[in-house]
Amino acid sequence: MATYTLNTPLTAADTDKLRAGDVVLLNGIIYSGRDAAHKKLMELLDKGESLPFDLTGASIYYVGPSPAPPGRPIGAAGPTTSYRMDAYAPRLIGLGLKATIGKGKRSDEVKKAMAEHKAVYFGATGGAGALLSKCITASKVIAFDELGPEAVREMTVKDFPLLVINDAHGGELYAKPNLDD
Amino acid sequence: MREINGADISAAVARMCMSANTKLPDDVRRKFEEGLAGETTDAGREIFRQLLENADLAFETKLPLCQDCGLAIFYVEMGEDVCVPGGINEAITEGMVTGYKDGFLRKSSCDPLTRKNTGDNTPAIIHIDFVPGDGLKISYMAKGGGSENMSRVTMLSPSQGWEGIKKFVVQRVVEAGPNPCPPIILGIGIGGTFETAPKNAKRALLRKLDDTHPDPKVAEMEAELLAAVNKLGIGPMGLGGSYTCLGVKIAVAPCHIASLPLAVNVQCHSARHEEVEF
Ligand code: SF4
Repeated sequence: MATYTLNTPLTAADTDKLRAGDVVLLNGIIYSGRDAAHKKLMELLDKGESLPFDLTGASIYYVGPSPAPPGRPIGAAGPTTSYRMDAYAPRLIGLGLKATIGKGKRSDEVKKAMAEHKAVYFGATGGAGALLSKCITASKVIAFDELGPEAVREMTVKDFPLLVINDAHGGELYAKPNLDD
Repeated sequence: MREINGADISAAVARMCMSANTKLPDDVRRKFEEGLAGETTDAGREIFRQLLENADLAFETKLPLCQDCGLAIFYVEMGEDVCVPGGINEAITEGMVTGYKDGFLRKSSCDPLTRKNTGDNTPAIIHIDFVPGDGLKISYMAKGGGSENMSRVTMLSPSQGWEGIKKFVVQRVVEAGPNPCPPIILGIGIGGTFETAPKNAKRALLRKLDDTHPDPKVAEMEAELLAAVNKLGIGPMGLGGSYTCLGVKIAVAPCHIASLPLAVNVQCHSARHEEVEF
C-alpha cells in the first residue's frame, strides 16, 4: 500500500496507478454535492444546460458541512454515506468525473463505470468532521445556495487524507463480513 | 404542583445541544481508547486514533464532532406534579432551535417530498413519559441520518424466538457494513408493538456503554449479540477488525400473543447524548 500526494484536477494517469488501500493526500479544488444537489445536476444535464463546475478530472465530495463559525472557512465537514448518490454517479463519471469521496459501499453500476472511465472512490473517515475540516482552507457556495447544507461548494483542500476504497481495476478495500460459523 | 419556567428549560436544552455535539461522552471515549490499544488491524487502530483526535479538536474548537448534528431527539420523563406554563414541547423546541443556531450546528430536517430544508432543524422529536412525582428529566440525542438509515423494524413470528432475533440483528449489521460509520452501538427493542419497539430501541441507546442490564438474562443476551456481531470482522469504518460494535443495549417489553416485534436502531460511533434534570 502506497501513499500519494495528488493535485486536482485528476488525470487518468493519476487514477490508474491507485490501488484499493492506498492513502492519498489530495490537494486543490474539490466540489461538495450530496442528495439534493445531485438531483439538480441531473436536471441541468437533462435540459442540456452546463453544470456549475467543469466535470473533467473533477472530484466530488459527498458532504453537507455544518455552518462556518466566525473566523473559519467551514464548519465540520466529514463524508456522508455514498450509496445515496449511486443513482447519479455513473452518468457524471461518464462525463469526466474522476473521483468521488464519501463513506460506505458503492453499487456494481458505479464500480463498473469507475473501471470503464478510470475513476476512483475515496473514503474519508466518517464522523471525523472537525478533524477533516482542518484540511479545508477555503470554501464558497457556487450553486444552489437555497439548499443550505446541501448547496454545491467549491472547496480548497490541503493534504486531505483519503483511502482508496474502490480503484479503477475492480479492487475494493472494505472487509468482507466473516459469515462462517 | 411544581412550576418550572419554560425559559429555564429552553436555556438548558440549548446548552445541552451545543455541548453534546462538541463533547464526546466519557464512556464512548473510553471505548475508543480501548480500541486504539486492542484493535487487531492497523487500519482500525488508525481510525480510533483519528476519532480521538477529532474528539479533542471538537472540544477545543467547538466545531461539531460530526457535520451531521442529527435530528434532535428528546426523551422526557415528566413528573405528574410538574407544570410548565407555555408548554414543555414549546420550551424544548425553542431551546433546540437556539442551540442549533448559536452552536453553528447543521440543520438537517427537510420536507420528505419536496426535500426543502425546514431551516431551523424543527421539528424536535419529543417523546414524553409521565412519571410519579415532581421531577423533570430531559435526555437529548443527536441522531445522524447515516446510522438511522441502517435501522430497521420487523414483525417476527413468535416461533422465530431468540434465534430469529439474533439472525435478524446480525444480518442487519452485515448489510449495513461500512455505511453507518462503525464501530456502531446497537439499540434493540424486543416486544412491544409496531410503534413502541423502535422507540424503546432508540431509548436504550441513552444507556452508558459500560453499564450492565439489571436483568441477568437480558445482560447475557446483550453479551451474546455483541460477540456475534464482532465476529463479523467489519471493523472501524468497515476496514476490518474486531471492533465492529462497541455495545448492545436491549429493551424488552410485553407484546401481543401473535407477535414478536423487533426494532434494531443502529447508532454510529458519534454517540452524542446528554441529559438534564430539574
Ligand atoms: S453515521 Fe454518525 S458519525 Fe457517520 S456521518 Fe452520520 S452522524 Fe456522523
